[in-house]
Amino acid sequence: MEILAMHISNGIINGPVAAVFAAFALAVLTLCVLRGRRDLDDRLAPMAGLVAAFIFAVQMLNFPILTAGVSGHLLGGALAALLVGPWVGALCVAVVLVVQALVFGDGGVAMLGLNVTNMAILGTAAAYLLIALLLRVLPRTPAGLAVTAFVSALVSVVVASQGFVLQYWLGGTTDLGNNLTGLAGTMAGVHLLIGIGEGLITATTVLTVAKVRPDLVYALRALEPVAPATRVPVAGSAR
Amino acid sequence: MGAGHAHVLYRESTSPVHRLPPEAKIAAMVSFTIAVVATPREAYWAFGGYALLVAVVAALARVGPRWLLGRALIELPFVLFAFALPFFGAGERVEVAGLNLSVDGLLGGWNILAKGTLGVLASLLLAATTTTRDLIVGLDRLHCPQIFTQIATFMLRYLDVLVGEARRMRVARVSRGDDPRFLWQLRGFAAGIGALFLRAFERGERVYLAMVSRGYSGRMPAVWQGAGAATAGQWAAAATVPLTAAAIAAAAVVLT
Repeated sequence: MEILAMHISNGIINGPVAAVFAAFALAVLTLCVLRGRRDLDDRLAPMAGLVAAFIFAVQMLNFPILTAGVSGHLLGGALAALLVGPWVGALCVAVVLVVQALVFGDGGVAMLGLNVTNMAILGTAAAYLLIALLLRVLPRTPAGLAVTAFVSALVSVVVASQGFVLQYWLGGTTDLGNNLTGLAGTMAGVHLLIGIGEGLITATTVLTVAKVRPDLVYALRALEPVAPATRVPVAGSAR
Repeated sequence: MGAGHAHVLYRESTSPVHRLPPEAKIAAMVSFTIAVVATPREAYWAFGGYALLVAVVAALARVGPRWLLGRALIELPFVLFAFALPFFGAGERVEVAGLNLSVDGLLGGWNILAKGTLGVLASLLLAATTTTRDLIVGLDRLHCPQIFTQIATFMLRYLDVLVGEARRMRVARVSRGDDPRFLWQLRGFAAGIGALFLRAFERGERVYLAMVSRGYSGRMPAVWQGAGAATAGQWAAAATVPLTAAAIAAAAVVLT
């Protein structure tokens, strides 16, 4: 029961359910494209590319969890939501998944809708809702931002893993009977551990960026009506 | 342009498959995979047919079986999941070699193994015959939204920036007396991950602004796309594989 990577490969979920989720993912991504176009300015375009590259690199680090023989990896949905916002963020994760499915065979092409729904849509949406909530509630300090990043990353990973359980319940090709609750438990437990790692990485990265270039953190910009003076990068400012 | 990019899986060659335009290959690969997934799992012979198709394309593309099978190991976690299913599946059970196994689980395991492997092999063939740059050109020609291809272009471009910065930072750490061994390398890496991100961003931002100042407006110039879009003949050539697969799938649905 233990072996699950986050990318669903072909044949795990039946065709009709995969098709329904593919339609759902396509609809949400279309919305993201429409809303994302408005967000994507000269500052966000390179950031979106870098966030996608970062997520791509980080997803390559599969960590095996020794006791259960499970391998899981980081998702990056919370990082994307914090740095480039929910719309472009979901697109970034989706780009990573499409490229992985097309050229690395990681995640079946026919299951792309399921994978996009879990990781790009559910993960990013859960993260962004929490970010919007926590940034209002918590004090505007580096510690508050760190807690926000950590918690939203942790929760988004667990939510994404439960998306798989839902999909398996709807259209798993093998009926697991009562073992399905076991599957849910295993997925939640494993991804709680992964989520801690993800939370730490997200918090460190966002905190560093917020310290040096707060103008680059979308979540801080979006929630602060009085935007700080836009800092035009000066040639030679970086090394 | 594009030299030194992440072409980890690309196999340089001039085979007929390599020369096909990327959009035709992407469309063929995706429809082949859908045909495979739509096949009922009891039609064992159909999967033999698909494997044969994959083998023919691999031979045409001059991709060796050792390379293909070695790279297919990415699927390993799911293979293990497939082997677990017979033990955990519900319903009717059967005795095989002294083991009490679920029939549904056995079929489910086979299903994942067969369809997963064929899907991985198909993507690997696409990756082996198409550079990542061509892949984006192909997606663009298939009318993928521009914001999507733009993010993908920058992602592939910045991967190298990221790896390069990580290497430079490691050299800087080591030359200042850090002596990382084994897992302890991770500590230095984790402490520097925020700095890595920022450095890579500032580098990437300069690259981006340089592009913008040279006229970049969200889409690469036509010359970057290389050879022109697929002709009808090339589409027809690429379509033979998914059409054969669809015929097999249709036969399998009718026969089972």
